[in-house]
Amino acid sequence: MLKSLALSTALGLGVIAGSAQAAGDTHIEDFDFSFEGMFGSYDRMQLQRGLQIFTEVCSQCHGLEYVAFRNLADEGGPDWTDDEVRDYIEYNQIEVFDPALDDGYGDLRAAVITDQFPGSQVEGAPDLSLMAKARAGFHGPYGLGINQFIYGMGGPEYIASLLTGYADEPECALEGEPMDGNYNTAFEYGGYPESCLDEDGKHTVPGTWIAMGQPLWGEDVEFADGHSNDLHHEAEDVAAFLMWAAEPGLNARKQAGLTGVIFLSVLAVLLYLTNKRLWAPVKKGRDE
Amino acid sequence: MAGIPHDHYEPGSGGEKWLHKRLPILGLAYDTLMLPTPKNLNWMWIWGIVLTITLVMQIVTGVILAMHYVADTELAFGRIEHIMRNVNGGHMIRYVHMNGASLFFVAVYAHIFRSLYYGSYKAPREVTWIIGILMFVLMMGTAFMGYVLPWGQMSFHGTAVITGLFGAIPFVGEAIQTWLLGASAVGQPALNRFFALHYMLPFILLGLTLVHIWAFHTTGNNNPTGVEVRRTSKEDAQKDTLPFWPYFVIKDLLALVVILAVFTAVVGFMPNYLGHPDNYIPANPAATPAHIVPEWYFLPFYAILRAFDDSVWLVMLTKFVTFGIIDGKFFGVLAMFGAIAVMALAPWLDTSSVRSGRYRPMFKWWFWLLVVDFFVLMWVGARPAEGIYPVISLIGATYWFGYFLVVLPLLGVIEKPLTPPATIEEDFAAHYPKSAGSTGTSSSAAPAE
Repeated sequence: MLKSLALSTALGLGVIAGSAQAAGDTHIEDFDFSFEGMFGSYDRMQLQRGLQIFTEVCSQCHGLEYVAFRNLADEGGPDWTDDEVRDYIEYNQIEVFDPALDDGYGDLRAAVITDQFPGSQVEGAPDLSLMAKARAGFHGPYGLGINQFIYGMGGPEYIASLLTGYADEPECALEGEPMDGNYNTAFEYGGYPESCLDEDGKHTVPGTWIAMGQPLWGEDVEFADGHSNDLHHEAEDVAAFLMWAAEPGLNARKQAGLTGVIFLSVLAVLLYLTNKRLWAPVKKGRDE
Repeated sequence: MAGIPHDHYEPGSGGEKWLHKRLPILGLAYDTLMLPTPKNLNWMWIWGIVLTITLVMQIVTGVILAMHYVADTELAFGRIEHIMRNVNGGHMIRYVHMNGASLFFVAVYAHIFRSLYYGSYKAPREVTWIIGILMFVLMMGTAFMGYVLPWGQMSFHGTAVITGLFGAIPFVGEAIQTWLLGASAVGQPALNRFFALHYMLPFILLGLTLVHIWAFHTTGNNNPTGVEVRRTSKEDAQKDTLPFWPYFVIKDLLALVVILAVFTAVVGFMPNYLGHPDNYIPANPAATPAHIVPEWYFLPFYAILRAFDDSVWLVMLTKFVTFGIIDGKFFGVLAMFGAIAVMALAPWLDTSSVRSGRYRPMFKWWFWLLVVDFFVLMWVGARPAEGIYPVISLIGATYWFGYFLVVLPLLGVIEKPLTPPATIEEDFAAHYPKSAGSTGTSSSAAPAE
């Protein structure tokens, strides 16, 4: 954890000014999340593991300012008891900024269950509350939206692929000017060396260079439930957690959608039969 | 024009008579509900009801959202998240409203193309058509301003691009842009007034809906044959029509419920599919998104906007003739608004003596090419303006204008249309022969096209 923390704090640069604009491919792995599909819902244990990774690693730099601690006790989420949430705040000694303290100058105080998570601690580190909805892992083909239709928008896939996408710099990058940041096969918005472009200006290697140092390496946290903590599983768990953070109502929404579709389908059948019967005499030519 | 002859409301009880003398509201309701409607209407005649219900749905959800929203650049993004996370049922209401805009445009485009195919815009329904186009323009304005309210990245930069279009108007453009935004750049004044207008315009739309309905209730509905209902006598009219209630109410309800089932599936299972991920990033004036893409329903017209740049010879010529007053940017703006204006002029551009496309063998091909053109423009509008895409945009935009300005006037002269049936009754009987015993096959069988 310290290792990743040291690397992450070495960024501070924000996203590197991109010379070549996201014209290339990125490598996005299609993770099989429990919340996909019409009947998919969040895996409570996975959310708890993801929260643990967020707390121990991500939160060193990144905020989660739209999520309240009390949400951790919501049904369809990590689903803790209120006391477990309080224990979590106390154990991690989480503090929030309260503008009312210190005669209106504001000061830090211990968080309570009704507070929101703190914002980002490091300049340039984006808040993660909505990250899973603010990125699309799947595009195309040719902007027809077919991939998104089949695989979903791919926000969590993007996050998990990004976390597992750090790789050694490709050969072509070593030829030109050294790049700032770190090569990542899933990152879309970063800088890209000219030495890795072909004659047509197309990217020859996937991804771009990202300011954030590699945050997860595998075995960064120990899960209480004994779940595997290799890099792949950690990335998957934290991506699932961030999807919940972005869309806490997903389970309820799908439930409502399913109820609605079933109700309307039954109603449609009844109306179909009514309509058929209503029109039958007219179509048979009997005048009303 | 005298309406289609039919039975009018007769107050029955004493109470009804009392009210009818003072306010004939029951009579209005009766005559509206019992309106004689051509009995051969097919399933493309359901979109009007879908649009009306969608408008009501948008107003209801919109008013609830407005109770929790704050039009402040510092707070707006967070208020949307507040609605999504803390308001009871807020995430559903917001997703219904968000996707409701898309349902609105699916329905309006189907409705418009229905009218284009069956010649519903032709005399005597020009006023209905013009009001409809006006509503379409207002809808686009309302949808655009609604998209600004979450104050995400696309909201902000989309506003900059769209209001920038007005900046392309020669001499007064910059002043108009500043006037629209209430400032020299997109900011608090723009958000405030867009919120006010986004709340107000739907009620204008509601009023125009009533006028739109009033207009076609006066002329009577068009129908797939384009042949008018006989008005010679009540008996003749009754052979061509059925009362709106119950026949078309039930039929329209069936269609509405099927469409709402699909809509519910989209809201429930893929509510963000039609949106842009970038709008979940708070607005940041300093960081412009790589591709600023409008919502899907604007794409065909956005493609036409981008199609005409300084490299097109027509633009160069115009620029030369007008001494540079009309440059590529302004030409594009004119083309985009012109693309809608030519639609409004369709009643006078279409010279054919036959109303319905069903009896126009050449027209059919050109019409379906226009439909394809519409989807091609929609697709190309989402692509970056590089490589082959500007060429496709230009071809697509040219055909759009060509259809209205060249094809429609010429076809009336060179095309030899088929003879439509003499009456609606005849058409209906041809689809449902009286002799055939097994006529109860399927009520969903639309007349074969």
